[in-house]
Amino acid sequence: MKKIVILGAGTAGTMMANHLARKINHREWSITIVDEHRSHYYQPGFLLLPFGFYSEKDVVRNKADFIPGRVEFLMEKVELIDPRNNRIQLLNGKKLDYHILIVATGAKIVPDEIEGLEDSWHRDIFDFYTIEGAKKLREKLANWEGGKMVVHLAEMPIKCPVAPLEFTFLSDWFLKKKGLRDQVDLTYVTPLSGAFTKQICSDVLGHLLVEKNINLVTDFSIERVDSQRKQMVSYDEKKVDYDLLVTVPTNMGDPLIKRSGMGDDLNFIPTDKHTLQSKQHENIFVLGDAADVPTSKAGSVAHFQAEVLTGNIMNFMKGKAFQHSSDGHANCFIESGDGKAFLIDFNYDIEPVQGRFPFPILGPFSLLKETRINHLGKLAFRWMYWNLLLRGRPMPGITTHMTKAGKKLSSLNKEYTHA
Amino acid sequence: MPKKEIAGVSVDVNEEDYLTDSSQWNREIAIAIAKGEGIAILNDFHWQVIDFLQKDFEEKGTLPTIRRMNKAGGISTKELYEYFPDGPLKKASKIAGLPKPQSCV
Repeated sequence: MKKIVILGAGTAGTMMANHLARKINHREWSITIVDEHRSHYYQPGFLLLPFGFYSEKDVVRNKADFIPGRVEFLMEKVELIDPRNNRIQLLNGKKLDYHILIVATGAKIVPDEIEGLEDSWHRDIFDFYTIEGAKKLREKLANWEGGKMVVHLAEMPIKCPVAPLEFTFLSDWFLKKKGLRDQVDLTYVTPLSGAFTKQICSDVLGHLLVEKNINLVTDFSIERVDSQRKQMVSYDEKKVDYDLLVTVPTNMGDPLIKRSGMGDDLNFIPTDKHTLQSKQHENIFVLGDAADVPTSKAGSVAHFQAEVLTGNIMNFMKGKAFQHSSDGHANCFIESGDGKAFLIDFNYDIEPVQGRFPFPILGPFSLLKETRINHLGKLAFRWMYWNLLLRGRPMPGITTHMTKAGKKLSSLNKEYTHA
Repeated sequence: MPKKEIAGVSVDVNEEDYLTDSSQWNREIAIAIAKGEGIAILNDFHWQVIDFLQKDFEEKGTLPTIRRMNKAGGISTKELYEYFPDGPLKKASKIAGLPKPQSCV
């Protein structure tokens, strides 16, 4: 019996287990998935939880409920990947041999990468990328009486790159509904050169910040936080004051990747962006946020990658050349506050454009345009996530590779996407 | 796609004058772009940064972060800000003939 081992039962690993369980010959191959945690969190919900859209029970399920019956689920911590011996060492001392390894260990925030951030962590400084952070932030916002609110991202790449901007828009909406907006000075701080860095997005969406009276600080590379003075300080000694700081700290791959000597400076694994094969080991594949591929770290990317990778692993098992190629396809609903959202669809080569999605003309969603139905789509997506996406079932109208139908492509020039 | 004459050569650029075809880049073009960005002379440190950006972009398909320039390229962050003031990555990438650091929107 030959073995496939999947490390990580998050969005990417769980989808992969479901796809492979349907495809492989179970008399020849077995699948084992390893994850130390019991609970699966719907991470897009962490954006909405602090504002009371969702409660904790809306965003959590048991991981085991999404793992198919023919896949073995080990709830164990992994100590080391030993690629030379095709072996996984578990913390409990046991070893797992594999013929094919799929690494889907994700990315997480690492607050201690920035000096001073942890000094008032979850007191004046909050994250919304963890369940603890999102819950504590909800408590803080419920009782907050106003002042300087700063939403900040430390450095790219981060998971769901638009989330901090969405958080800013939702904060504006939330504060307006509470009658507190006049008492809050709301500022968005980014290391990039603008809130929107693509010309077309800036043209179509740039007015939102002005309309919502949101201050913008660009090109801000954080060096440290002075939690006594409640001040962020950049490498070139620029300063931003806050009373309430909502930050997205540095995102890194799992420490396991570092321990195993397989990652880059952020513990992401060098991976072929089309085949999803590790650049160093031919029987190791990397899926989702754990890979260093140049597209967004997002569930939609992992979803499309999982379909491509399933095909390539079937090729690999039979000794055939890879026939499937990831195009870096992503699509995301982006909350813009006031009950509206916009939607973007893009890949390695094609930037976000205007048009209709997923069906030409019919939509019902509009690309790069603020609409109420897009907001309802974002809320409805939670059902799709638990019931279709994680189980590797098809989603209506959504294709693995990006389609050009229904899109206004005329204004495009080709550029690369950073993260 | 717009064209622009830089250091006597006609090159393809985007609306912010970043080169869109890095194969058109050469050192004279870099010197000319740097002048436009307020950097009168490119010294050894500038060239070290440009070389690292180009090498890393070739390998990874994305621009490195300031952290990566420090950890993988041995480039001091304080010096980076000293020699490429006000947004070192967007300036250095422009001089190196690479795209501007971007997000997905």
